[in-house]
Amino acid sequence: MLSVENLSAWYGAARILYELTFEVGRGEVVALMGRNGAGKSTTMKAIMGLIGQRQGTVTFSGEDISRLEPYQIARRGLGFTPEDRRIFSDLTVMENLDIGRQPPREFPDGAAAPSWTPERLFALFPNLAEMPHRAGGRMSGGEQQMLTVARTLMGNPLLVLLDEPSEGVAPLIVEQMANTIIELKKEGLSILLSEQNIHFAQLVSDRVYVLEKGQIQWQGTMAQLSGSPEIQRTYLTV
Amino acid sequence: MTLNAFLFQVLNGLSAASGLFLIAAGLSLIFGVTRIVNLAHGSLYMLGTYIAYSFATKIGGVTGFWGGIIATALIVGVIGALIEVLLLRRIYRAPELFQLLATFALVLVINDAALWLWGPADLLGPRAPGFRGAIEILGRRLPSYDLFLIVIGPLVLLALHLTLARTRFGRLIRAATQDREMVGALGVNQAVLFTSVFALGAALAGLGGALQIAREPANLATDLIALGDAFVVVVVGGMGSIPGAYLAAVIIAEVKALCVGIGVVDFGFITINFSKFTLVAEFLVMAVVLIARPYGLLGKAQGAVRSIAEPEEPIRPATTLLKVLGAVVLAMLLCLPLLAQGSPYLLVLGIDVLIAIIFATSLHFIMGPGGMHSFGHAAYFGLGAYGAALLVKWLGLPFGAALVAAPLLALGGALLFGWFAVRLSGVYLAMLTLAFAQIVWAAVFQWEGFTGGSNGVIGVWPPPPFDKAWVYFLLTLVLAAIAVLLLRRFLFAPFGYAMRAGRDSPLRAEAIGIDVKRVHWLGFAIAGLVCGIGGGLFAFAKGSISPETIHINRSIDGLVMVLLGGVQTLTGPIVGASVFAVLQDTVMRQTEYWRALMGAIILVLVLAFPQGIVGAFAALWRKVGGRT
Repeated sequence: MLSVENLSAWYGAARILYELTFEVGRGEVVALMGRNGAGKSTTMKAIMGLIGQRQGTVTFSGEDISRLEPYQIARRGLGFTPEDRRIFSDLTVMENLDIGRQPPREFPDGAAAPSWTPERLFALFPNLAEMPHRAGGRMSGGEQQMLTVARTLMGNPLLVLLDEPSEGVAPLIVEQMANTIIELKKEGLSILLSEQNIHFAQLVSDRVYVLEKGQIQWQGTMAQLSGSPEIQRTYLTV
Repeated sequence: MTLNAFLFQVLNGLSAASGLFLIAAGLSLIFGVTRIVNLAHGSLYMLGTYIAYSFATKIGGVTGFWGGIIATALIVGVIGALIEVLLLRRIYRAPELFQLLATFALVLVINDAALWLWGPADLLGPRAPGFRGAIEILGRRLPSYDLFLIVIGPLVLLALHLTLARTRFGRLIRAATQDREMVGALGVNQAVLFTSVFALGAALAGLGGALQIAREPANLATDLIALGDAFVVVVVGGMGSIPGAYLAAVIIAEVKALCVGIGVVDFGFITINFSKFTLVAEFLVMAVVLIARPYGLLGKAQGAVRSIAEPEEPIRPATTLLKVLGAVVLAMLLCLPLLAQGSPYLLVLGIDVLIAIIFATSLHFIMGPGGMHSFGHAAYFGLGAYGAALLVKWLGLPFGAALVAAPLLALGGALLFGWFAVRLSGVYLAMLTLAFAQIVWAAVFQWEGFTGGSNGVIGVWPPPPFDKAWVYFLLTLVLAAIAVLLLRRFLFAPFGYAMRAGRDSPLRAEAIGIDVKRVHWLGFAIAGLVCGIGGGLFAFAKGSISPETIHINRSIDGLVMVLLGGVQTLTGPIVGASVFAVLQDTVMRQTEYWRALMGAIILVLVLAFPQGIVGAFAALWRKVGGRT
């Protein structure tokens, strides 16, 4: 579904990513793990075309998207939920959802991708259903986190780049997020998840790439990582 | 003033408010979404007046007038869209200030285009069909067209409000005003959104201009006047707030109308003519509002604006090569009087260039390393120039003493204005500095008894031996060299590091114990001081000084010089000032349409060198493998 080859990225003169190569298969949940500053968010932004200085090839649904603008990438069915949520705080929940709206979409093989409406999303996130007209700026962190995922789903994506959904939200919401990811996987979506929290990643991911200092240091299945405290100690424990 | 007269002035104010609102609303929308401060917005308004005039006189009648107004709004909207597509789209990733430069070039080009198409004379349109008469209100006769205008403002406000609240286009505008990058990542084509917002804003400006032709003549000076008004309204109301713009338009128009209404008042010990305050009134209102509510009446604190420009490179100490080069240039300049024996003009040009360098370098000091984009640097130039000239004229101070006093006066002004200005940032800071400069200008312009009013001060020539051009040139050269080196020294001292730290991350700088406001205040004062040297030199070089030389144009010239050279290099302002001063002195003499030529040159430079001239050479140098 998504394959990344030799992806490098820079902020000004500082190089952040060093030739990352990895892929996400259809219907797969892949975790990109690593400590703060390892380059997880930068990887997602680089895939999304949000970083000006980048090199390497990103292929999505068989098409090279490395040179496309962010909006063109989004229109090919790649959804992005940023770590800092970036809710439009002056807009209501419904209005935020409307900004994300895109027409229904198909997988490359012609199968219909899951198609979302505010009603379906309210069923997925009951908290949001209680506040359709509340301004984004007046919501709690957890509610904003749900809204940012819901807003991305309004674009009917085939694959979602989910940047640290468990960061800074209450344990109850973390659990709800995990259930949501499992739910989305059932619907046939692919997910690239960035995460520092192994407990959360264990609940939802099939495979793992571990990043440190902008390079992939380890890759394998989630089960392998769970069974290896040593790798966890080297790359993940703070 | 009787109650009736007062109420009548209130009505007058409301009709003027509608015009102000239309132009300000467009500016606010464009800034909100594209983050471009469109200096050409006043020019679009001016085009509106001329195009509507042509419709109303060439076609005539009801169709020509009312149809013409609609057609004008559409035409100006299309012009706005073209500007966005052909020019601005290429420079969205350039630093914010560079976009200013591009839109200022448009001001020059559009002004000359209007001169070429419609000629220099004022053109008064016909009266509005259907609104020719006047209505008796409160015992006075109010033109019915004014009543129509009073209604138009709130109508447009309502239409805009409904568009923003109820349509997807409006929601996209509001979302993009907050975070346009995220809007793009959600699949919205920003290019289309930007073009349509620019077209809408331009159409509003065109409409505002077109509606004025029945009241005021189309005039080539309206572009900058309208721009100034629109800025004040937008800033007072709060950037991005449409209701705020209307509220601010009403307040400012009312204050002005009341100043006219009050007229001359005798307080017994002093007689004040309030109608003279109209020039300063709006800027006083703005200064008061910004000091009390830094983000305008209905504005919100701007969150960290997500800049899509590359982070700024740190400035570096001069390399040996650069030092040698600087010494060579200095030596060549020292020899210039020998070379210039046959051509006295060369020395005059040299003095102009050196004064421009002092002006631009001091502005750059706060703009680049300080991150404070002053739009009113002319104030300190003016305080220096007028200070020196008036001290000679009224107190008979000797030349040397006046030349020393000039920077001190500028320092005093900079300390006063800077104290307020450093409390703000970004566009708000720019506007407050502009307001202070306008206040200085208006004081000079209207205090005829002391400053000579529009005639200025004449006959302030330096005594021998400085009356010889080559001696004065050398004096200017020495002072300019001292000024430039002094500012450099400041930048590479801990003070300079603190100033840059405060620019890049005010919170972190404060957290390590830097008093950011104090450091920036001092920086502001130093820049004012140095600028004052240039002002003093200017007065004696020309033998005279007039309000024109310290008008907003000079502030903008300074911005152009700095941006032309490149904000993030220290040689930038020197090169920019030299290129600009030479261009201005040579190009201006060649053609009647020097503005358009100047604008075209700036546009070419902007598109070819988005990092400024020096920045472009530095990038090229790095590319060919040179080590800086």
